[in-house]
Amino acid sequence: MKKIIELKNISKSFDGEVVLDHINLDIYDNEFITLLGPSGCGKTTTLRIIGGFETPDTGDVIFMGENINDMPPYKRNVNTVFQRYALFPHLNVYENVAFSLREKKCSKDEIHQKVTEMLELVALKGFEKRSVSSLSGGQQQRVAIARALVNRPKVLLLDEPLAALDLKLRKDMQKELKNIQKATGITFVFVTHDQEEALSMSDTVVVMSEGRIQQIGTPIDIYNEPENAFVADFIGESNIVDGIMLEDRKVSFSGHVFDCVDAGFAKREAVDVVVRPEDVDVVPEEKGMLRGVVTSVTFLGVHYEIIVDINGFKWMIQTTDFVDVDEHIGLYIEPDAIHIMKKSEYSGMFGDYSTFSDEMEEIGGVEIEELGEIETESEQAT
Amino acid sequence: MNKKTNALVQRLTLTPYSVWAVLFIVVPLIFVAYYAFTDSSFSFTFDNISRFFTATSVIDDGETVREVHTYLVIFWRSLKLAVISTLICLLMGYPLAYIMSRASARTQNVLLTLIMIPMWMNFLIRTYAWMTILQDTGILNGFLAALGLGRIHIIGTESAVIIGMVYDYFPYMVLPIYSVMAKLDVKLLEAARDLGCPSVSVLRRVIWPLSIPGVLSGVTMVLIPSISTFYISQKLGNGKFFLIGDAIEGQYTANNLHFAAAIAFILMVILLACMALMQKLANRKLIVA
Repeated sequence: MKKIIELKNISKSFDGEVVLDHINLDIYDNEFITLLGPSGCGKTTTLRIIGGFETPDTGDVIFMGENINDMPPYKRNVNTVFQRYALFPHLNVYENVAFSLREKKCSKDEIHQKVTEMLELVALKGFEKRSVSSLSGGQQQRVAIARALVNRPKVLLLDEPLAALDLKLRKDMQKELKNIQKATGITFVFVTHDQEEALSMSDTVVVMSEGRIQQIGTPIDIYNEPENAFVADFIGESNIVDGIMLEDRKVSFSGHVFDCVDAGFAKREAVDVVVRPEDVDVVPEEKGMLRGVVTSVTFLGVHYEIIVDINGFKWMIQTTDFVDVDEHIGLYIEPDAIHIMKKSEYSGMFGDYSTFSDEMEEIGGVEIEELGEIETESEQAT
Repeated sequence: MNKKTNALVQRLTLTPYSVWAVLFIVVPLIFVAYYAFTDSSFSFTFDNISRFFTATSVIDDGETVREVHTYLVIFWRSLKLAVISTLICLLMGYPLAYIMSRASARTQNVLLTLIMIPMWMNFLIRTYAWMTILQDTGILNGFLAALGLGRIHIIGTESAVIIGMVYDYFPYMVLPIYSVMAKLDVKLLEAARDLGCPSVSVLRRVIWPLSIPGVLSGVTMVLIPSISTFYISQKLGNGKFFLIGDAIEGQYTANNLHFAAAIAFILMVILLACMALMQKLANRKLIVA
């Protein structure tokens, strides 16, 4: 696969605050790559550096082998779908899409043919004369995509494009974006804080936190083989416990020695152990490798989500069998359900469900949305 | 609170403003119209109106003697000076408004205050200040002489009147344009750059069309008062450039209330027609562009 964009050692600070800390990232031709992370992790800044709206303090942006650090946005073969679309309110749908073609002084016929083709691609045929303010959020979204794609850029940048849509529409647009990406063969660089969105759409996911890249990989790699506690916690649900690697394929945690599939650690190395809630089997107490007391049970339709206290550490387990609060149960864990990670700066910060409740999660979600707003505002100001 | 009482409360709170509007806007307008169409014994007549269009006077500039339509000439002169002043205000004010809207919050506040300070000074004092600056022996000529450049005669010319009008009405051009530009979404400008526009194109294709409402209200707020101004022309034009405002004032002080009202009425109708036309053009332009 051909490299289209290389970010080499990129750093960026705003007012002395480090937003990007030595980022290295290769983006390949025809891939759907997602920058994923909580707000303030630097994903939007990375996108703006590729788009040319920010200049890195250090490092190089290489576009198809050429250094484009100082190239202004209007000369780059890259287009952007902005977070709140940024459609031109004084132009109708047709003229919004035709905007970049008119700048290039394309012939009338060429403009007509390309705009029509784009509006067909995003299923907005017949909307040519409509004013953009009369469109729904989803329709405005499509205009923004058509406008950015009409020039056939090598790369399309999408800055949380689905954040403003409601859940149902968001799901539809996810599929559609993926289809458009396949149909056009254009590289999509997608920014989101929604891990589900990232997993379902991407060829490659780049998990970021605090201005650094934590892991780059396929969605399956990221989920099954998280690099550290941050990634394990941010992508899906994880129980993360302290463990000791006794030897290759033997790990001890929570007072029991488990068989596992990982190897290559030092003898008696302290490690982080990840066990996904859906990979734990609930068994009668006497048959369990671990034993604990159920402290809460939540019915979620497909399964129950239960919290089990094991020697003071609370595990989350998803099970289809009903258990009751205060019941003593045993847990059984298969070797390939255990994933071993090296200790990192994030060790001990995540993966314990003792403070967990549905309410907390909801409050956390709201905070993330609001912080997202602040992040973009402050980036605009600079 | 139910809907009915809500509506009642709303109407009650509006009452003082309605009374104010009727007393000080509607009633005076009715009076102006009434006076314009009556004679001194308050019987209906078109004489005042037709006098505006037909009255003539003789101009003797030493070489030729011409007979002209007095008030049409005055009106044309007022219009010309007002349009020139408005254009100068626009040419100077638009870039300033743009620069202000893109500056840091601190700079914006400083510039806003600087622009508004002259508005806090009395209109007459400002005009007198310009007299002392522009006089043949004034500050400007003193400065030019000190630099070894020749003196210029500017007081009593149309230029002096235009300078006075531009100075007085400049803030009314800048502020509405600035307020529209300050609200412009930065993302729109980024989107334009993203879609291949260098700065000049961003200005022409995005900023300008989106700032037209501000430009229109700025133009209106400068054109209307400068077309009917009277004091500036008397002081800075040495009374040589009799404007429509001077005509109204002159007729009023000469106790010709009915004719003064007629001039005011005609001016008002013409201005309203102009504004309606401008609005219409702007609307069409916005949709087509």
